Amino acid sequence: MSWWRRLVRRGQMEEQLDKELRFHLDQHTHDLIAQGYDPAEARRQARLAIGGPEQVKEECRDARGTLWLENLWQDFRYALRTMRQKPGFTAVTLATLVLGIGATTVMFTVIDGVLLKPLPYRQPDRLVRLWERTDWSTHQGNLWSFTYPNFLDCQREARSLDLAGWRYFSGGTMSSPGEPENVDGVLISSNLFSVLGVTLSRGRAFRPEEDRPGGPPVAIISYGLWQRRFAGDPAAIGMQMVLAEKSYTVVGVTPASFRLLGNEEDVFTLLGQNTDPRLQNREIHGIQGVGRLQPGVTPAQALTELAMIGHRLEAQYPKSNKGRIFIAEPLRVNVDDVKSALWLLLGAVGLVLLIACANIASLLLARAVSRERELAMRVALGASRGRLTRQCLTESAVLGLSGGLLGVLLAIAGVRPFLAFWPGALPRAEEVRLDWRVLLFAIGVSLLCGLLFGLAPALRVPTGQLEQALRAGGRTVAGGSRRLHGGFVICEIALAVVLLVSAGMLGRTILRLASLDPGLNVRNVLTARTALAPSTLASPARTRAAWQEIVENARRVPGVQAAAIVDTIPMREGNNEIGYWTTPVEPPQNQQPVMSATSVTPDYLKVMGIALRQGRFFDDQDRLGNEGVVVIDDVMAQQAFGGQNVLGQHLWIGMGSDPARVVGVVGHVRYWGPAGDDQAKVRAQLYYPFAQVPDRLMRSWSELMSIAVRTDVAPLSVVESLRRAVRGATGDQVIYELNTMERLAAASLALHTFLLLLLGIFAGLALLLACLGIYGVLAYLTNRRVPEIGMRMALGATAGDVVRLVLRQSLGMVAVGLAVGVAAALAAGRLLQRAVQGMESSAASTFVLMMAVLIVAALIASYLPARRASRVDPTSALRQE
Amino acid sequence: MPPKSDLPQGTLDLLILKVVALGPMHGYAIAQRLQQVSRDVVQVPQGSLYPALHRLENRGLLSADWKESGTGREAKFYRLTRKGRAALASEAASWQRLSEAIGLILGMSEGIAQ
Repeated sequence: MSWWRRLVRRGQMEEQLDKELRFHLDQHTHDLIAQGYDPAEARRQARLAIGGPEQVKEECRDARGTLWLENLWQDFRYALRTMRQKPGFTAVTLATLVLGIGATTVMFTVIDGVLLKPLPYRQPDRLVRLWERTDWSTHQGNLWSFTYPNFLDCQREARSLDLAGWRYFSGGTMSSPGEPENVDGVLISSNLFSVLGVTLSRGRAFRPEEDRPGGPPVAIISYGLWQRRFAGDPAAIGMQMVLAEKSYTVVGVTPASFRLLGNEEDVFTLLGQNTDPRLQNREIHGIQGVGRLQPGVTPAQALTELAMIGHRLEAQYPKSNKGRIFIAEPLRVNVDDVKSALWLLLGAVGLVLLIACANIASLLLARAVSRERELAMRVALGASRGRLTRQCLTESAVLGLSGGLLGVLLAIAGVRPFLAFWPGALPRAEEVRLDWRVLLFAIGVSLLCGLLFGLAPALRVPTGQLEQALRAGGRTVAGGSRRLHGGFVICEIALAVVLLVSAGMLGRTILRLASLDPGLNVRNVLTARTALAPSTLASPARTRAAWQEIVENARRVPGVQAAAIVDTIPMREGNNEIGYWTTPVEPPQNQQPVMSATSVTPDYLKVMGIALRQGRFFDDQDRLGNEGVVVIDDVMAQQAFGGQNVLGQHLWIGMGSDPARVVGVVGHVRYWGPAGDDQAKVRAQLYYPFAQVPDRLMRSWSELMSIAVRTDVAPLSVVESLRRAVRGATGDQVIYELNTMERLAAASLALHTFLLLLLGIFAGLALLLACLGIYGVLAYLTNRRVPEIGMRMALGATAGDVVRLVLRQSLGMVAVGLAVGVAAALAAGRLLQRAVQGMESSAASTFVLMMAVLIVAALIASYLPARRASRVDPTSALRQE
Repeated sequence: MPPKSDLPQGTLDLLILKVVALGPMHGYAIAQRLQQVSRDVVQVPQGSLYPALHRLENRGLLSADWKESGTGREAKFYRLTRKGRAALASEAASWQRLSEAIGLILGMSEGIAQ
């Protein structure tokens, strides 16, 4: 009979064992009677011969070798029975545990999907990211995206890996089928999907022979676009679509979950078909490279080969490729922005879970102490110590696992809402799901919890001094248990201090950041990216006229005070960092100071409400043909000219060879948001007139421009009239990515606010749990001291004395907990400072405030047991002993 | 009656196997048979018979099924498995060797003493 059948059919086994022994006894008795014994004596003799039937049975069970499993099963059922017997106790412990494990599992699920899981491509460990690397650095480091000619040379020459490349920002207005809409597009090499190992959900990938100038115009669309614009119609394959005035045949649809290194793109077209002259230039970067190592090739071999190709190209094209080689590194999605926040949250829920464990441990310990007599009795009856320890651990493991099971259910329900509440876009969010890894984690955590809170009671299983335990009747508290209880309370308080102080620090930081002057007036400003009618992009003159018309039409919309065209908007994604110099000789690129440049129309200052410090801003005379002018902010005035005699100075910037004259100085704008601006690498700001952008750059600039308007009504109320006003003669000029400056400013602090919200909830939970813990432990300890308190009162102690006695005991624990907690909170504060942008160092006031909160909460939690103790009736208390 | 001596460690299993080798029988019959063949010299505590039977069954040396006994009641009959038969042969052989060796040593020392 196999072991599991023995386990499952335990009843049958027992019955057979019993039957076998009875048969033996009966036969023996029968024989003895035949030998002449009288029946009673015969039965007695037979019994004597075989010995104690229960003992024999136990030995038989032992001989089967599955006793431990049967014991486990027995313990398991015993544990369930105990849980059912005390529904209140079970409900409280389970609820705490479920909350703790559920929250921890949610956080782990998110971290697993975003940070830990390999990328969703075939054999992701064989994929590498490729960069150009120079032996000199700019402020952005020494890694560069590829230039297209360099990429093509690498692709052709590399034997160790299969290279694919793409260029972002190649979307535009999609005008058919359906309403005009701006879509995100990428130019890709024909082998991108095969290198990544992604199979299209419909249609086919590009063919190599299509990837050349003049090849057939084909496009692959994303699953999302297919659903949105083609209503998921299978007939979309082969249909025509119009993107930026060019017609393409749709040949394929990506899988729904496909992301290009975390980016969701709408349309894929071929790099090799694009005739943009910038793609032929060996000095213009922007091609992203990814490679798949050939079978058997090590990354080191690939690196060697790439460096060799680099040196060869360096010799062939010294002007562009001096000091430039190619490198490969493991492929990953950039998740730096959210990494620290996610670990921080996991740490925080981990602390809450620890507090919950300490809480449950002290409850279980209290129960174990009151069961001491029962356990001593069982030891006296022959139970081994190991057996009882196992039973205790089984009980807590069952509690832990039930908590884990329900916690996983909670996590299943909680992951989606958590992702929905995450501010902004969480990279790889689509990969977040509960799978076996998460399940394994949850089971591990539950068992660990069970062990954590089961250990203390299990180790209390009595060994010696049985008679003492039996005589004490489970009333006197042994000193060891009191110390252990105190230890749990101290842990809980220390952990709660860490969470409270962290939340307090974050709250203070947000208050400080929100009160900082952003350098502009965020109220009543609406911004939107703007795509010109593709037909106006044909000539620079028509483009300029179209922009002019947009500004004028926007200005006339009722409710709009001022309107401007601008390329980069503060606190929104995207910026233009360029080097500059203040003498006619251009210094080497790595020695140029860098500023972020913004191209604007004259009313920009008025729209954004930026302060003019000196000189003037632009006017309509600042156009092509007149002298080049710029306006700089006070940070740049300080950086470039030491803040002295700034007006009239000349500046050379990378874009043109002629210097520009500084005509004004304006206030600094917190471009990187209140939290990030102080640490930003580039803080100097420069404005230049959009009208002075040279003709050759007009087209590419026009793909980046946005409109910004200041309103005297609620900014979102003018959206529709603005949309109509800028639609243009052909009706295909669109505005998209609408934002108010207020919303952008709030979004720049959204992660902080979100963290604060969660940390606040966790800290509140920790406080509540710690208070419950203090209450429980004190109630238990004072209950045990009832005879002592009765004695004190009989000897003349007043109710006040008793209250003070209990409160002093509680405050003693709280004080130690606070001391440990403050030390831990200081360490946590340092972690927090590294993890959260703009975090200020731990302020003493935060500590004092949070400690005060904790002490008050602890006193309230202790007061109830204290008051109950003070109402003890001395005579009945003494009679209890 | 001479004083009964305890069964040497590990020999109970061998004796059980030897007895069961004669044919399927139930626990009580095994006990009876052991008593007879050992001519009341060795004490077979009936209490340790059943754990030993269960252990041997668990190790696959014996198999058991429920059959009607001579008295008409159902009893658990043990029989030797092929594995049990092999174990009996090798155990018996090694026991034989051991007892010969011990006999030799005991005989020798007696010789010296005389």
